Amino acid sequence: MARQRASYPCGVPSPPDSQPALDVRDLVKRYGATTAVAGLSLAVDRGSVLALLGPNGAGKTTTVEVCEGFRHADGGSVRVLGLDPVRDAAALKPRIGVMLQSGGAYPAARAGEMLRLVASYAAQPLPVDDLLDMLGLQDAVNTPYRRLSGGQQQRLSLAMAIVGRPELVFLDEPTAGLDPQARHATWKVVEQLRADGVAVVLTTHYMEEAERLADRVVVIDHGKQVAQGSPAELTHAGAAGQLRFSAPPGLPLDSLRAALPEGCRVTEGERGSYLVEGAVDPHLLSAVTSWCAERDVLAADLRVERRTLEDVFLELTGRELR
Amino acid sequence: MIDSLAPRPGAAPLPRMLLSQARMELRLILRNGEQLLLTLIIPLLLLAILVETPFVPVDGRRVDVFVPGIMALAIMSTAFTGQAIGTGFERKYGVLKRLGATALPRAGLLGGKTLAVIVVELLQLTVVLGLGVAMGWRGHPGPGGVLLMVALGTAAFSGLGLLMAGTLRAEITLAGANLVWFLLLFFGGVVFPLSKFPAGMARWLEFLPTAALADGLRAALERGANLPVQPVLVLAAWAAVGLGFAAVKFRWE
Repeated sequence: MARQRASYPCGVPSPPDSQPALDVRDLVKRYGATTAVAGLSLAVDRGSVLALLGPNGAGKTTTVEVCEGFRHADGGSVRVLGLDPVRDAAALKPRIGVMLQSGGAYPAARAGEMLRLVASYAAQPLPVDDLLDMLGLQDAVNTPYRRLSGGQQQRLSLAMAIVGRPELVFLDEPTAGLDPQARHATWKVVEQLRADGVAVVLTTHYMEEAERLADRVVVIDHGKQVAQGSPAELTHAGAAGQLRFSAPPGLPLDSLRAALPEGCRVTEGERGSYLVEGAVDPHLLSAVTSWCAERDVLAADLRVERRTLEDVFLELTGRELR
Repeated sequence: MIDSLAPRPGAAPLPRMLLSQARMELRLILRNGEQLLLTLIIPLLLLAILVETPFVPVDGRRVDVFVPGIMALAIMSTAFTGQAIGTGFERKYGVLKRLGATALPRAGLLGGKTLAVIVVELLQLTVVLGLGVAMGWRGHPGPGGVLLMVALGTAAFSGLGLLMAGTLRAEITLAGANLVWFLLLFFGGVVFPLSKFPAGMARWLEFLPTAALADGLRAALERGANLPVQPVLVLAAWAAVGLGFAAVKFRWE
């Protein structure tokens, strides 16, 4: 072990902090007449997580596979750890970790065997047994891949992606179809990768997942970026929101409207439950409570409902099924 | 306990990857019951039946006629049929694509497969020859000629198998590789010596890879021939065509 470390010095020359781990500019990818990715730009720093969010067929997997070197870009530039993913593939492959959406193991290989095989390609792999433990696969070590449950296959695939201690990890829908325990185990791994300075790109349908894990979210649809930002920026952007409170029925709504900024809608629902819709900010909140105070009305159950990432997502990409 | 996932990337030295890949491929072949049936059981059973029963008329001692043909069959089973089917399904299941995203170069993957195939072939040849000797086979084998024929046969059949696996759907490869195996069993000089076919037909059948391999092995095993010219040329041509097309046409996913 000591000798190995000596011949493979720790770490590779890290590019300056100003250079992102992944730098995609104006990426275009066509399949025949279909344009799968139509001018997408992304940047991911070391120690940060980027979530690519989008409906089925939005171009997420295509984008990731161009970055992994599986497909040629038709336009734009892609730099992965400063390298060209196709031309510099041999130099790049040992430095990245890839989790495909499905498959990717010999059906007859046992889980432990498969992970050990992938570990053997790396100069300084993670300890295989510990990694199996970490992902709750110790009971499946001797089970052939084809007999693993879907969740076990996903976790093995994640293990295969990180066993070589990569600098940048691509996870294509890492938690699709996982039960809550397995999902949390996967999230913990992503959080630890981030904390340890690894750059992570993940695609997901799960808003919760993007909200919890991502430093930046890029929402794409039809191969284009439709929004991007931190989860908080996205959910506050536009500030459309709702404020609800309950009070005695029959308050004069016209007077309340007049006390609020332009464009707010105020309605009374059943039995004195009131709803204010508009740009919910601290001033609006204060205007509502002052108006109530002037009338000596106690606004009970007052709550501000901000948009979830899911609301943002549906607003941006439409509600129709694909 | 893993306390850090901090990056420490790097590829293992190529020989280590190659060995580890070959070990995996070998374990998968030996674990596959159908493939063992094809590579070991059927050749041994056929040899015993052909030698011990008079159904197929031959000129000369039965065991001397059939041992080289069964060896050619064994090599075809492993390098062509087994490899085509195995690789075809690996492609279908995304294994080839997945491994393409690791530090293992394509050459390492193919080299690992080839090493595993050669180990299985040496095992097969030992067992077939052992059974042959037990049934009275006597020859004057020339190790150089035998190894040359094994190497050329492996190259020719691997090229053809990988060409099928890399271009056709896995299910079609499965059916096709078995069908080709079956046809070459009967028309490739394994079960029926080519001398039993009409002369006009036999002249062409000689150019089948199985027939050429059986012929070359016969010369190398019985007379110690180091360079059986026609079989060498025929197999080299098949290898060039198969490997050449496979190199150009093979799709990894």
